[in-house]
Amino acid sequence: MKYLCLIYTEEATFRQAMSTADEAAMMAEYGAFSGSIQKSGHFLAGHRLEPSAAAVTIRIRDGKTSTTDGPFAETKEALGGFYMIDARDLNEAIQVASRIPGAKVGSIEVRPIAFTTPPAGGG
Amino acid sequence: MTQPGDEPIRALVDGVYRTDSRRVLATLIRLLGDFDLAEEALHDAFVAALETWAVAGVPASPRAWLVSTGRFKAIDSLRRRARFDRSVAELAEHLASVTGEPAADIEDEVADDQLRLIFTCCHPALPPDAQTALTLREVCGLTTEEIARAFLTAPPTVAQRIVRAKAKIKEARIPYQLPSLAELPARLDRVLHVLYLVFNEGYSASAGATVTRADLSAEAIRLGRLLVDLLPDPEAVGLLALMLLHESRRAARTSTTGEIVLLAEQNRSVWNRQQIAEGAALVERALATRRFGAYTLQAAIAAVHAQSPSAAGTDWDEIVGLYDILLRADPSPVVALNRASAVAMRDGPVAGLALIDAILADGRLDDYHLAHSARAELCRRLGRLDEARVAYRRALTLVKQEPERRFLEARLRETGPP
Repeated sequence: MKYLCLIYTEEATFRQAMSTADEAAMMAEYGAFSGSIQKSGHFLAGHRLEPSAAAVTIRIRDGKTSTTDGPFAETKEALGGFYMIDARDLNEAIQVASRIPGAKVGSIEVRPIAFTTPPAGGG
Repeated sequence: MTQPGDEPIRALVDGVYRTDSRRVLATLIRLLGDFDLAEEALHDAFVAALETWAVAGVPASPRAWLVSTGRFKAIDSLRRRARFDRSVAELAEHLASVTGEPAADIEDEVADDQLRLIFTCCHPALPPDAQTALTLREVCGLTTEEIARAFLTAPPTVAQRIVRAKAKIKEARIPYQLPSLAELPARLDRVLHVLYLVFNEGYSASAGATVTRADLSAEAIRLGRLLVDLLPDPEAVGLLALMLLHESRRAARTSTTGEIVLLAEQNRSVWNRQQIAEGAALVERALATRRFGAYTLQAAIAAVHAQSPSAAGTDWDEIVGLYDILLRADPSPVVALNRASAVAMRDGPVAGLALIDAILADGRLDDYHLAHSARAELCRRLGRLDEARVAYRRALTLVKQEPERRFLEARLRETGPP
């Protein structure tokens, strides 16, 4: 099963609170985590995202396209990055996701990828 | 990454995963002292097996190889993590200092480890829902999604039960060991209860579209055998017998269109004779200990049915006699209800109906659809159709399983217009 792990953190407080040294340590920790899940075969994809200030939201209504600055939803915690992983089941995905360094400062949302066709042998 | 030559080794490793992963996990939990760490180690050991066995060949004892590789991988991974989390460093060094046991000892300990795992998953400090979910995932190897499907629950609900149960085991320092002799009866009772619950969910699902989910029953029987092999308690023997005797009737319990077929109307020639023989022998063995309980007595009743040529040719006197003893061991209204149905077969519907009415008057079975359908059945046989219809309708308001609903609706139609 594939799962998307969405990493949410409080952008403003996060940046203010973090010294350069802390940030470097965090990046090193992410590097080690990515390396470990590549080795274990869980890793499918993963990226850090630019801050939500860099986001543009697009809507098409009645054939008219409009764009706005920033993310779709203004929340305290913003999407800061993601991993797409392969895991045996939801609990294994939770176990992997709980080792994402961001879990210690923000939160991780684990979402199963929907199958377009039912898995073989199911039902 | 996968080369054509990888396929045979992958199939081989997958096969070892199916047969041995739960045993390896049970041992790794003991060696590493933590469920999550052991599960990660198990995963890493199988990844390593895929790489190493393709080159170096399959080791003489794959299980021992997986255990020692898993342990090594866990220490290695903790050491790497220790760079960012000092609390982990101590644990890594502690685990590294405990010398691994020789391969021969691993084999000896494996069976006990599986029991330790079952008893830990069914620990009374965990909520009942969590005990079942944890047993199915850790002991039987079902995925969270499969467990959710089997119990018609959302996967996140099951996942959280499992996460919380593991956290509880860690925080409460629930020891990974077999219960002491003094605790054993109560603890074993809990394990047998969970096993029977798993079996029944597979045999007669409490809700949903199909009558049976055979894989759950098969897992419960497998664990029942394991318990009997390692811990031949009379009630463990009795429960295994009971599960086998129920299972023997699986093919006859539903029609080709998925409708329920009652015991009296089942085609007995399709009952599984091998399972009946094994179950009946286990009943004898449990009864001979004279320390048997409710599971053995239920199995003894099932054995009488299994060995009878027809409903009419059943020794109902013996069945009622066994229910009398069972009712003393387990004085529950459900047992009393089943006894009443047996009395109806032996002495006629009037006698059975009097007993059922007395049980219903007590009120405890008022929400149990089978109590009302049993009453309806006897009223129907006595030609008291108005009463039968009232009771069928009451049962229909309570039934949760689709085939049972269709069965009751068909019976209601047969009793004529209101």
